[in-house]
Amino acid sequence: MNFIRFIKESFQIVIRGSKRYYLWLAFLLALIIWGSTGYIEQLKQGLLVTNMRDPISWAFYIGNFTFLVGVAAAAIMLVIPAYIYNWKPIKEVVIFGELLAISAVIMCILFIIVDVGNPLRLWHMIPLIGKLRLPSSLLAWDSIVLTLYFFLNLIVVSYLLNALFYKRDTNKHLLTPLILFSIPLAIGIHTVTAFLYNGIAGRPYWNSALLAPKFLASAFCSGPAVLIILFQILKKTTTFEIKDEAIWKIAELMAYAMFINLFFFFAEVFKEVYSDTEHLVHLEYLFKGMGENRDIVVYGWASLIISIIAFLLFLIPATRKNVVTLNMGAILIWLGVYIEKGIALLIPGFTPDSLGQIYIYRPSLTELKVSMGIFAIGFLIFTFITKIAIAIIFEDFSIDSLRRKKPSPAN
Amino acid sequence: MSILKDILSPIKLNRRTFLKSAAVTSSAVALSACTKETREELLQKDFRSMSKDEIAKVIQRLEEKYAKEYGKKFSVSAKETIPHTFFGYALDISRCIGCRRCVYACVEENNQTKEPQLHWIQVLEMEKELGIDLIHSNLYYDHEEVPYEGHFYLPVQCQQCKNPPCVKVCPVGATWTTSDGIVVVDYNWCIGCRYCMAACPYGARHYNWGKVKLDTETINPNTHYLGNRPRYKGAVEKCTFCIQRVREGRYPKCVEVCPVGARKFGNLLDEKSEIRYILENKRVIILKEELNTQPKFYYFYGT
Repeated sequence: MNFIRFIKESFQIVIRGSKRYYLWLAFLLALIIWGSTGYIEQLKQGLLVTNMRDPISWAFYIGNFTFLVGVAAAAIMLVIPAYIYNWKPIKEVVIFGELLAISAVIMCILFIIVDVGNPLRLWHMIPLIGKLRLPSSLLAWDSIVLTLYFFLNLIVVSYLLNALFYKRDTNKHLLTPLILFSIPLAIGIHTVTAFLYNGIAGRPYWNSALLAPKFLASAFCSGPAVLIILFQILKKTTTFEIKDEAIWKIAELMAYAMFINLFFFFAEVFKEVYSDTEHLVHLEYLFKGMGENRDIVVYGWASLIISIIAFLLFLIPATRKNVVTLNMGAILIWLGVYIEKGIALLIPGFTPDSLGQIYIYRPSLTELKVSMGIFAIGFLIFTFITKIAIAIIFEDFSIDSLRRKKPSPAN
Repeated sequence: MSILKDILSPIKLNRRTFLKSAAVTSSAVALSACTKETREELLQKDFRSMSKDEIAKVIQRLEEKYAKEYGKKFSVSAKETIPHTFFGYALDISRCIGCRRCVYACVEENNQTKEPQLHWIQVLEMEKELGIDLIHSNLYYDHEEVPYEGHFYLPVQCQQCKNPPCVKVCPVGATWTTSDGIVVVDYNWCIGCRYCMAACPYGARHYNWGKVKLDTETINPNTHYLGNRPRYKGAVEKCTFCIQRVREGRYPKCVEVCPVGARKFGNLLDEKSEIRYILENKRVIILKEELNTQPKFYYFYGT
């Protein structure tokens, strides 16, 4: 029962920590409880407690879902150079990207669950037991690729950590194909999520062939941005180590991805503005507002300006290699993509609605509470699995070290 | 290879037994906590997979539930298609005066929730000069008298597409087109993901955001399973051409109530029907024809 032993010992790692660690856990737990009260209210009253209505039927929850699919997919950003080109400095941190992917996919699934009106009926989506509609529904495809991606990353990570714990060599013939398979699957989760919007002919704002490529480009920015921030925090608070060249390399790749993202954006703006058809109205709503309804305009411009600044910070080697500007750039990229996916993708897509009417949406307190709760659950999972990974990789937590401490491990 | 086998086999066993016991315990706890009715409702199959006996049983349960809840005797029909029928609808734009009688008659006939109000028919006010222009239309017009000067009206409801995007996107097959051409929803199978609402180009799908609130006084107890029976919080609904009426050979309520006779309805397969006469003798337009949804809801200028 090797793996069970590993799980048991890892559990010990997770429950022990410094005062700061416990404070962090308490903070997350408080958020989770706060979020749960919101969700319980939502279960009782229905989605009426959100500010979604018929004209804007998907909003903050699905926006967060879309953003997190990008974060989850971004693990590949690190996997590709690390495993294919065997570039060592990144290889050491790839596993943390995968841990982030696991946590992000869990958050994605939770955001879908809270958005669904009848969560108890979700069994209708289980293949064979329910009636999952393949191949016609993109949502059915999305549920399949997300589940696959989750289990694939879970298997790779637990296999790797387990092997490191027992100081065993990993079986390359087995691990490499799995990791290689995770690359198309990561592209798959984001492409399918983009197609989910893209395939809707009745929503011209999404019905552009550039949507999936744009999703990928922005994921290549936001995922590593989250990782860079996390790496800095881990470096300060734990024994985690990462070479500066690795971070710089990641930042350089992000600059290219951001350039492509911005280029796609301008290509879309040109097409809409120059052809000046009735479809322009959605873009106009985002950047100019309609009549007195200008709430969203600040987000449209903020996302664009922030993304351009971040692009410049990561493009110029001097600012890329400076810790302060690097972190600033990472935070800006994260923020830019978060606004783009969370607000600028969904709300203008639904406004004006399919009959030309305008409904002003702002997330309700319940929506914010529930979302915070889900983020707290994601962070809690990430904290736990990262703590185990750090212990194994940097703190010599292994079967040998345990044997040294306790001569009779069988008790 | 063998290393992985060693590592993975205990996980598999362990995970499987763990998941199994967790699933069994949690579902047992959840199921024992709720009443027999909700338990049966939760495990109910989708309408199209149920046998006639199963449907009869479900209907009996529903009739009892509705009677208890609304203090009225309910009939829930599952009447099937009349052979050789394929329904179509035509609306005379030149006659419609924008009085919204159809909107509210529909609410009463089809038991739409009252809080917040849900309307299957949306009447848009448009400027005569602009023609059919959705972006500049107004759903919330509020004049002392209609028709308002310089304006005309375009009521929009489910266009009963032959190529319906809402049916295509549903992840669980909770919505489909019946053989008489009505796009229906199984309110008990819908998970409430609202993908169909995003996909519908006509804003024809509506959602019960909160608990369904109906007036016991005005509630219509003559219902159809796929039509106007009381709905659920968190499920989608839409116009069904009044399936409870048209399958009995009656007109939809909106056709009946229209004071100017702007609404026409009939069997597209019947050569002598009024709807066929309109298609042959008037010039019809369909909304958003570029989307290839192929509606069976036609607009025409009668005069």
